[in-house]
Amino acid sequence: MGGILQFVKRNIGSAVIPLWVFILFLPFTGIGAALRMALTAGFLILLWNMAKRKVPGSFRASLRSAIAGPAERLSPFLSHARSGWAQVLLVLFLLLLPLFLSDYFRDVMTLTCMYIVLALGLNIVVGQAGLLNLGYVAFYAIGAYTYAILSTAFGISFWPGLALGAFCAAVFAALLGWPTLKLRGDYFAIVTLGLGEITRIVLNNWDKLTGGPNGISNIGRPVIAGHTFQTTLDFYYLILFIVILAVFSMNRLIRSRIGRAWIAIREDEVAAEAMGIDTFRLKLLAFVIGSAWAGLTGVFFAAKMAFVSPESFTFFESVMILCMVVLGGMGSVPGIILGALLLITLPEVFRDLQDYRMLAFGIALVLMMIFRPQGLLGTVKAGTR
Amino acid sequence: MLELRDVTVSYGMIDALKGISLNVQQGEIIALIGANGAGKSTTLMSISGITRLRSGQVFFEDRPLSELPPHEIVRLGISQAPEGRHIFPRMTVRENLEMGAFQREKHEFAGDIERVHDLFPTLLERSRQLGGTLSGGEQQMLSIARALMSRPRLLLLDEPSLGLAPIIVTRIFRIIREINEQGTTILLVEQNAKAALRLAHRAYVMETGKIVMQGTSAALGNDPGIKKAYLGE
Repeated sequence: MGGILQFVKRNIGSAVIPLWVFILFLPFTGIGAALRMALTAGFLILLWNMAKRKVPGSFRASLRSAIAGPAERLSPFLSHARSGWAQVLLVLFLLLLPLFLSDYFRDVMTLTCMYIVLALGLNIVVGQAGLLNLGYVAFYAIGAYTYAILSTAFGISFWPGLALGAFCAAVFAALLGWPTLKLRGDYFAIVTLGLGEITRIVLNNWDKLTGGPNGISNIGRPVIAGHTFQTTLDFYYLILFIVILAVFSMNRLIRSRIGRAWIAIREDEVAAEAMGIDTFRLKLLAFVIGSAWAGLTGVFFAAKMAFVSPESFTFFESVMILCMVVLGGMGSVPGIILGALLLITLPEVFRDLQDYRMLAFGIALVLMMIFRPQGLLGTVKAGTR
Repeated sequence: MLELRDVTVSYGMIDALKGISLNVQQGEIIALIGANGAGKSTTLMSISGITRLRSGQVFFEDRPLSELPPHEIVRLGISQAPEGRHIFPRMTVRENLEMGAFQREKHEFAGDIERVHDLFPTLLERSRQLGGTLSGGEQQMLSIARALMSRPRLLLLDEPSLGLAPIIVTRIFRIIREINEQGTTILLVEQNAKAALRLAHRAYVMETGKIVMQGTSAALGNDPGIKKAYLGE
């Protein structure tokens, strides 16, 4: 009898997880299936606990290597890929590949490229300067709406629009960053979270300027030397060009003096201050540059869809871009590209399971934090004291 | 060289410094001793500009510092090895040193890297190792070396003996004296009063945000009150 009591006592904590599973699945699957899922989860956890006690550490270690192993094998391969020829071949491959694919896959590739630029921009803020930005989508939206309004109301064409969208996002970032970047730690995250929501709500309600929930349509397409960008292929090449530009400039920036100062701020802000780094100005710079890239991508998005509405700029977008940065590896350009690739293409491939996407993200992130906190290809080395 | 006039600092409702006045002359080693929470680190942080003053003035070579941001204070020639070492754990030893010379160009500080390697030969051996993998004593050495990289005329050291074995403390204090003999003025904050008084020319004793006693190290070392409270005799 005492044995049973002790068994229950020891495993009572595990009941929390099946309970969560039940609550999470309830809206998707209804009560019966949710209950079955919860019971299965409970059973698995019980097994896990028993196995853990039998083989302490070894299962954990094998799971760790299952996640970290392939990533570690991939890392040196990617550092070899930095050589000039490999890069030329890669670009050539990316130029030719869509010619053999259907429109649908071209669209997925374009989407992936867009998120690569967004994630690279956010990486400057989160991965380099260490500022948790939960409202990144606001600057993406500002870029998109800037071009949408300029194009429909004033007939401004795409190329100056691209610069103006990035510029507007940067100005907004500076205005917001000026008072808030003096805050420390989590307060900044809360402010940006608020900003993201406020931006969406303003777009939704300022009917005269933004068209409210109906959005803005008939946005001008890019034109180059008399050729108007129309097909998915046109837009793919345009965004590929932007990606190459972004990767190139990020690589330069990360290796620069400014990049090193950002890392110092992320590692230890007090020390960075004591070293004579102007932490406030550099954090503001990271925030502004990251936001400018979001604005630029926003302009591309508006031009590609020829239509924008507040629906495209929800909190979910911010979370997803953040996931790409965290999953791929903060501070690492190849890592972030991988993160964007995984988070965009996998849900497209497993479209039928879309309802569970968020759940899978959550699980993936939790597993990452436990077993590989630096991200799949992160530069941030873990295991320090 | 450095003068604090009636400096007060408060964190919210709590007054951390209640009117501190002290001065440091060129070439000296000055020790600031006192118990936990006396306000020693706050004094250093307010000299560096990281903590803002509520009232009073700080002068460095007759220039007022209290309105300047930290990075300009570093530029004027004051640098700090903060309490708890605060090295960058995921940067190599070499990168840590380069961060210390952040405001200077590479060709300017090549000589300084050699200089700190002469002072701390271990750091040369560990040049490519991550800061976080160093032992406590090595991290302390790195922290001091990094602060030297900006070529300060006044070096602020916050508890360099914290958590280190006595033999390492002796070694680090010997190097601090060497740095001073090479021409850098030093303001040293210490809880280890015995070692600090042996090293310093003069010392100030702090208690709950005030300076309660000052004088030459020899005089303070012989003071019965100090002996009882700080030297354990």
